[in-house]
Amino acid sequence: MTHEQTSLAFRENSVRALKDSALRAAMKQAADTFGTKRADAFAPVADLEGLRDRASAIREEVLANLPMYVDRFAAAANRAGAVVHRANDAATAREIIRKILADRGARLIVKGKSMVSEEVDLNSHLEAAGMEVVETDLGEYIIQMEGETPSHIIVPAIHKNRRQVGKLFADRLGVPYSDDPQVLTKIARTALREKFLSADAGISGANFAAADTGSLVLFTNEGNGRMVTTVPPLHVAILSIEKMLPSLADLPAFIRLLPRSATGQPITSYVSVVTGPRKTGDATGAKELHIVLLDNGRTEILAGESRDILKCIRCGACMNVCPVYRTVGGHSYGWTYPGPMGLILTTLLTGMAKSHPLVDASTVCGACVEVCPVRVPLVDLILQLRRRKVREGFSDPATMRGMALFGKAAASPALFALGQRLAAAFWPVIRALGGKDVAGRMPAPAKTPLRRRLP
Amino acid sequence: MNVLLFGTCLVDTFFPEAGEATVRLLRRFGAEPVFPKGQTCCGQPAFNAGFDAAARAAAEHFLWEFDGNMPIVTPSGSCAAMVKHHYPQLFRDDPKRLAKAKRAGERIYELTQFLVHVAKAHEAGLRGKGTVTYHASCHLTRTLGVREEPMTLLSSLKGATFLPMPDAARCCGFGGTFMAKLPEISIALADEKAASIEATGADTVTGCDSGCLMNIADAVRRRGMKVRVAHIAQLLAEGL
Repeated sequence: MTHEQTSLAFRENSVRALKDSALRAAMKQAADTFGTKRADAFAPVADLEGLRDRASAIREEVLANLPMYVDRFAAAANRAGAVVHRANDAATAREIIRKILADRGARLIVKGKSMVSEEVDLNSHLEAAGMEVVETDLGEYIIQMEGETPSHIIVPAIHKNRRQVGKLFADRLGVPYSDDPQVLTKIARTALREKFLSADAGISGANFAAADTGSLVLFTNEGNGRMVTTVPPLHVAILSIEKMLPSLADLPAFIRLLPRSATGQPITSYVSVVTGPRKTGDATGAKELHIVLLDNGRTEILAGESRDILKCIRCGACMNVCPVYRTVGGHSYGWTYPGPMGLILTTLLTGMAKSHPLVDASTVCGACVEVCPVRVPLVDLILQLRRRKVREGFSDPATMRGMALFGKAAASPALFALGQRLAAAFWPVIRALGGKDVAGRMPAPAKTPLRRRLP
Repeated sequence: MNVLLFGTCLVDTFFPEAGEATVRLLRRFGAEPVFPKGQTCCGQPAFNAGFDAAARAAAEHFLWEFDGNMPIVTPSGSCAAMVKHHYPQLFRDDPKRLAKAKRAGERIYELTQFLVHVAKAHEAGLRGKGTVTYHASCHLTRTLGVREEPMTLLSSLKGATFLPMPDAARCCGFGGTFMAKLPEISIALADEKAASIEATGADTVTGCDSGCLMNIADAVRRRGMKVRVAHIAQLLAEGL
């Protein structure tokens, strides 16, 4: 199924989310849990700040020389026996993958979690071509069954509670109702095991790609990543170009940072390193490996003022601490990536015209900056996009007029004082016009402001 | 010592009592406040909304009004952060104003910063009463880096009990123009903050930023809570 972008309706989406008490309870509980676990997981890490500096420097080095690292990766992956494809946009990526699968007569495809595949809306394209696509990450499996998109980049079904999942499984899989996570996981495992064994192909994303060895790196907790990449005879990986690391030797820093930032785990249950297809003598591995490197606007972002967002390693820590995300959930943002990193990436990838309300979806409190493991200056980037929104004319006329007047009053004490007097005199009118949710929350201006109380 | 007092537009217009309390505190600790009469606003609302031209107009005016060598004291963490951290960004392509902005940034103190580091007010034996909890506003905490000073002062109050708030540094939902752009979310966040305040059982909640306190006061009122909301300047001045 395809999903229309609804970022323009951020406010309407969020008002609906605010009324959904199950969603709010699930979000609050999950975000609190991850926040606590994150703090605990980092407690024993000596010199965390030094580790963040190092990781940040590695990511900056990658961005400074991205085309070189992408070429180096492609050459190394080729040498290891993989076929590397490059896709400039979403449509090209979808078509490359469809063709690889169709040429080999693939009917059943198992998928590992991949936000990039969500970004290009891969599933609907493959399904339209008559293929069955099964998501195998438990969270993704749940939301696929529900016909939804992920609402978090690490925890796709964060917005659902176990009772909702129990009901969904009972309805769709015909199993007896249970809201015991252990039982539900077992049900999913049994259903998915069959799919893994009979799948014609596996599709995965990648958390990182090592440029020196041409290796793909996948972090998973359920082992499904390993199944997807090794059990079916064909493995297709899709990843965006900025996932590069200069060398496999850079990986340990990110193994220490990403799972701790994401879910508060010292390490994920599985860290898979896939270098080329199965070779003679290998016990496991796909017989054929295709890697699709997706640009989809990254090169343009790299050349612009917002390039630092490409340092992001998709851990989701910024979401878990964001007061806005925690309150309205990921679907309110209306596209693939939610929360602080998401509103920036969405605006850059889909354009201001389709997403400008998102740049206001932050209180710029800075909690995200405090937790970002690779020091993405998220607040600076959000403010930069707000300036761009004004520059590109997406600010509403009333705000434009108001801010122009504000600039004049702030530079003119007489005008400022007059404004104060008028506000005090006409407060009942301003209050009525300003609405109960805005002006109604403010006190009346003082009869005598401070400037007239002091000598 | 003379200091320049930056009242901020919010305190000046809506909460002059917090400004008067700031004056009393400064005098008590040997600093004579001078109030530049032409002062207006630091420009933060425009800066945060992406209107750089208006923000620069405000900043330029501020730098003119607060020129000189005297320390600048303000009862607002976010306005101090604006001057210290964002003015240099606004004038990064304007060497003359950039230099002026940097000098102003070195001279500006948020009130509790001044009281603890310069005036040593926490050693002076201020009095207080009842139970007090504290909201750590975002820009004060994260941009300006003022984390301990307010709590040092509150814990030093003789006769009052300081009760820490759960998630004290979580945003209250004010966020300057955020409050007007996305009021529904802003209210939801303020409600969550009010619940945290209620959980402490304190009879007074305080903080260093009038914007946050205004938003919190509204949430507290709407929920029918009996908690008093007071700027830290007022609370401390009561103990003089």
